[in-house]
Amino acid sequence: MAVMTYREALGQALAEEMERDPDVFLMGEEVGVYQGAYKVSKGLLDRFGELRVVDTPITELGFAGLGVGAAMVGLRPVIEFMTFNFSLLALDQVFNSAAKVRYMSGGQFKCPIVFRGPTGAALQLSAQHSQALESPYLHFPGLKLCTPATPADAKGLLKAAIRDDDPVVVMEGELLYALKGEVPEDRELLVPPGTAEVKRPGSDVSIITHGKMVHVALQAAAKLEQEEIDAEVLDLRWLRPLDIEAALATVYKTNRVVCVEEGWPYLGVGAQISTLIQEEAFDYLDAPVVRVTQADVPMPYSKNLEKLAKPSVERVIAACHKVLYR
Amino acid sequence: MPDGRAANAKATSRAPRVEEPRRDSQRLGGLDKEKLHELLSQMLLGRRFEEKSAESYALGKIGGFCHLYIGQEAVAVGAMSVLRPDDYVITAYREHVQALIKGLTPREVMAELYGRVDGCSKGKGGSMHLFSAEKNFLGGWGIVAGQIPLGTGVGWAIKYRDEDRVCLCFFGEAAVNQGAFHESLNMAALWKLPVIFLVENNRFGMGTAWERASSLYDIAQKAAAYDMPSAVADGMDVFAMRAAVLEAVDRAREQRTPTLIEARCYRFMGHSMSDPVHGVYRTKEEVEEAKQKDPIRIFIDQLREQDLLDEDELNELDARARAAVEDAAEFAEKSPEPGPEELYRDVYAQEDVRGWLYFDRKDRLE
Repeated sequence: MAVMTYREALGQALAEEMERDPDVFLMGEEVGVYQGAYKVSKGLLDRFGELRVVDTPITELGFAGLGVGAAMVGLRPVIEFMTFNFSLLALDQVFNSAAKVRYMSGGQFKCPIVFRGPTGAALQLSAQHSQALESPYLHFPGLKLCTPATPADAKGLLKAAIRDDDPVVVMEGELLYALKGEVPEDRELLVPPGTAEVKRPGSDVSIITHGKMVHVALQAAAKLEQEEIDAEVLDLRWLRPLDIEAALATVYKTNRVVCVEEGWPYLGVGAQISTLIQEEAFDYLDAPVVRVTQADVPMPYSKNLEKLAKPSVERVIAACHKVLYR
Repeated sequence: MPDGRAANAKATSRAPRVEEPRRDSQRLGGLDKEKLHELLSQMLLGRRFEEKSAESYALGKIGGFCHLYIGQEAVAVGAMSVLRPDDYVITAYREHVQALIKGLTPREVMAELYGRVDGCSKGKGGSMHLFSAEKNFLGGWGIVAGQIPLGTGVGWAIKYRDEDRVCLCFFGEAAVNQGAFHESLNMAALWKLPVIFLVENNRFGMGTAWERASSLYDIAQKAAAYDMPSAVADGMDVFAMRAAVLEAVDRAREQRTPTLIEARCYRFMGHSMSDPVHGVYRTKEEVEEAKQKDPIRIFIDQLREQDLLDEDELNELDARARAAVEDAAEFAEKSPEPGPEELYRDVYAQEDVRGWLYFDRKDRLE
């Protein structure tokens, strides 16, 4: 095991996969000479050259579509969005081309492409730069989507995403890039599609979450422990395919569920999870599922308002109290 | 090689009229009779195929949106006549004829239009989404300009692999106003990608005439913004198309330089089968006048003037085209509809995963 940051783990995943497969290349804004807006691709240009680490103009729709076209004829592009906020310009190519080409062609063309970059809010970046965009991407069949919360998962998920023959959206956390953790030095470290992980076992209440919110949930669980409430934290890791077995297992265990996500509530991940739980495990619930999400407003700039808008440890604790009727 | 590339692609606004018969090597692009008849066959097949499509659409055998190519045959036939089989073609939703020229059979194309399992896309794509991986025909795309970044990516892959193939990317003139067009041309020129961007200027984006949609009339001029070579060609003249595209293909293959070509043509039909041929946006007279320059008629006249086509030969070629189309329609009629098991097939390449990929059909997932 080596201790490294989340960004280093992502960089290692990229480097290992580019070494393993000459068809893998990285393309995006500032990925080369600048070494990555968040330094994920640091050193890759020197190692792999400008044909495989490609600085693009600011032209999201263009290079997203370029990647899809290249994937159709056999390359395995990794397209970096500086943040997923900017990917909104590229969505026609993600939703209408990448997600549909296999189906529309009757299975003739596969589209092994990765779209990656940070999702969610950082600090005081206000409305246009602080969006957790998992939900819109999850709406479209044809795409897969994962959200690493730790350095080890960052490496394992990105490597699995690159090797997958379908378009995979890898949503990272802007505030997680500096997070340190142990990462196995295994070149075959893969977190396969549809595998969730219990990040903290518990027996009283289940917090089902993903991405950056895993850490908020873990902090809430630590505080709840002081009240002798034993919370389980399930990190979904993959939101499509969704590890329904793991989600139900935690419901069977605790009978009380809090869904935590960084995005908005309407048609959010928590809405989907709660629906599945009431469909599949209604009789196992001792309380209605409670969701903790971002406030249903564009992200404000002002520090105090931003804090109010974001899911917080306190709100997760309050939600746990609610499902426990405390 | 004294062939079509010597012709001035920019010059012709109508068919070149040859006063005196010239040597074979000089006339009609230097093509021999066999090749010329092949091109005529393609044009006739395209025309007859689309006529049959219109008939089948009217009978309710073809559904959805169905955009016909009638009037534009010289563009695709001329342009694609200079490609190799391993070159790629990608285009929009008015693509039946490009698919046929690229080598898809009339049977598999018609079956796709009928939504049948023997269609080239197994009945899942329909008229707008014809594909053939085997023939390097990359679709068949339904969002205006959506295929332009894709074609650029195919050019990227060619460069990445250091191949000498090219990608011919068709789109309509209305696509030129989309950001995808400009973003793609910029990247293709910046990175020197072997893509030929071929604008089929058929005068109307649905019902909006080009001069009502663009501040600049000459589309080819837009290439200047990207320091890209460009040409204007008479899209009603198969030789002009051939010459312009040949020059661009040579440049792409040898120097990996993209080219923007504007083919000036005219759509004889409505935008799609759901739309009127004429009416609020153009007059019947305008359409009738345009039909005087029918590209197939022009081509036939050119061949006749050079004694390269007699009436019997023409009848024979046309009969073959009609027979192929009738056979295709019969085949499509008999082809089964895709079975219900096809509904969830081909969404993902790798489905052998833990967890759910689909969120509705619980029964099949358990």
